[in-house]
Amino acid sequence: MKGRKLEELFFRILMVLATILVAGSFFLIVGTVFFKGFHYMNLDMITKTPGGGFYIGKEGGVLNAIVGSFYVAGGATILGLLISIPVAIFINLYMDGKRFLSNTIRMAFDVLFGIPSIVYGAFGFLIMVYFGIRASLLGGIIAVTLLVIPILVRTLDEVIRTVPFELRDAALSLGSTRWETAKVVLRQIRPGIFTAILLSFGRAIGDVASVLFTAGFSDNVPTSLHEPAATLPLAIFFQLGSPVEEVQGRGYASALILTIIVLIITILSDILIKKFSKHKI
Amino acid sequence: MTQTPHISVQHLNVHIGAQHILKDININIPDKKVTSIIGPSGCGKTTLLKSFNRLWDNTADVKITGKVLVDNEDIYAPNAEVTHIRKKMGLLSQRPYPLPMSIYDNVAYGPRIHGIRKKQVLDELVEEQLKATGLWNEVKDRLNASATRLSIGQQQRLCLARGLAVGPEIILGDESTSALDPVSTAIIEDLFISLKEKYSIVLVTHILRQARRVSDYIIFVYMGKIIEFGPTEEVLLNPKEELTKEYVKGYIS
Repeated sequence: MKGRKLEELFFRILMVLATILVAGSFFLIVGTVFFKGFHYMNLDMITKTPGGGFYIGKEGGVLNAIVGSFYVAGGATILGLLISIPVAIFINLYMDGKRFLSNTIRMAFDVLFGIPSIVYGAFGFLIMVYFGIRASLLGGIIAVTLLVIPILVRTLDEVIRTVPFELRDAALSLGSTRWETAKVVLRQIRPGIFTAILLSFGRAIGDVASVLFTAGFSDNVPTSLHEPAATLPLAIFFQLGSPVEEVQGRGYASALILTIIVLIITILSDILIKKFSKHKI
Repeated sequence: MTQTPHISVQHLNVHIGAQHILKDININIPDKKVTSIIGPSGCGKTTLLKSFNRLWDNTADVKITGKVLVDNEDIYAPNAEVTHIRKKMGLLSQRPYPLPMSIYDNVAYGPRIHGIRKKQVLDELVEEQLKATGLWNEVKDRLNASATRLSIGQQQRLCLARGLAVGPEIILGDESTSALDPVSTAIIEDLFISLKEKYSIVLVTHILRQARRVSDYIIFVYMGKIIEFGPTEEVLLNPKEELTKEYVKGYIS
């Protein structure tokens, strides 16, 4: 009897410690970014592009990188969705007689999921060279789209698999075609689509390696797809690498901005998920 | 039987993977009657029901041979149009699965996909079918509310209304009351009895009392074969086959 109780206690302590470790590092990271960056946070940071002496500590902000990041992450997520939704629908609703093939495709996306983002950056760069695109917003969007497609496909695939077969049967037995049934399934998984968008956007906005050679960097807000675009992760990287204390501080402030953006998106998508869940079984 | 059959099954064999689920099924389902398929779990009742509207089409490893004639048209013929076949039959599954939309849209879904667009026509159809399933008075003030807000018994009646709105000739029920409370069950059973004036109804049930209450004919299936088919009273009270006798008495289950 005593042994069982000890075992219970041991694993309980282990679980509590692990939870504290994870939650603690979360607060530590956010805390560090906050305390190091807050002092350098001001309105200029989010409303101005870098001025003449920005990188030696003079006036300006990172609006170029904020806007650039939104363009790249937003563009890639939208483009990625346009490709991933048909893929997820196809492997789930159109390939039901060919389980081997659909599982092979799933495995392929699992492999793609694990590929480091620098490889997508390099691959995107090759595509750009082939088509004669220079480092630009378009190039960045292409590379990041490649990066987020596996995330989107796998998330949507999981979500579609939670839809009960009976719901499909219900639509089919009313005389729906496969595509009409797919539309019912898509309605059913709307909250899941938002989860996928969130995951994809979060990954896209924070990734540095894929945009390193593809998006370039610019102190201006891009006005066309063919101009180079700054991104927040790269802006953070450049600023933290500076020996000037002021610039380093702004690096942390930029990291704080990125963290806040991701936080806002998480909360927003949470609200949207609840809103769209109202028809869920 | 002197009646013209509505569904005529001829030499139907269903294999799922390596398993021979249905073995040489021959049966005529009478028109405008309630026919119950009874039998122990795993005997092939649901498989038989689902083969009537080709719901196996989308499942891997299922092989079907033989004929199923609906209105003398072989639904497994290579040129048969599956949406047209399914439109003829309303399916009521074990648990209600309302579509992820409002009460109104659930009923209007079928008519809409089959080309009815006029709001007035849809309004009338929705009202008619909700009245036919006794839901109208309960939901007429909240037609735009989500269907999932309804109680499970109401949801099942909504699913029935949704199926009827397509204008089927046949209703297939797959243990349609198994998730419901006794009151909702009684409502659904009464609906089946009143609906047989217009529709041919085929039910799968494992509740013998239900089969007795609602059905005119009973098919007893055991291990993938039809053991006995006949009028309800005859099969339940005076079975010809030894296996039926044992099942009805509760020796085999």
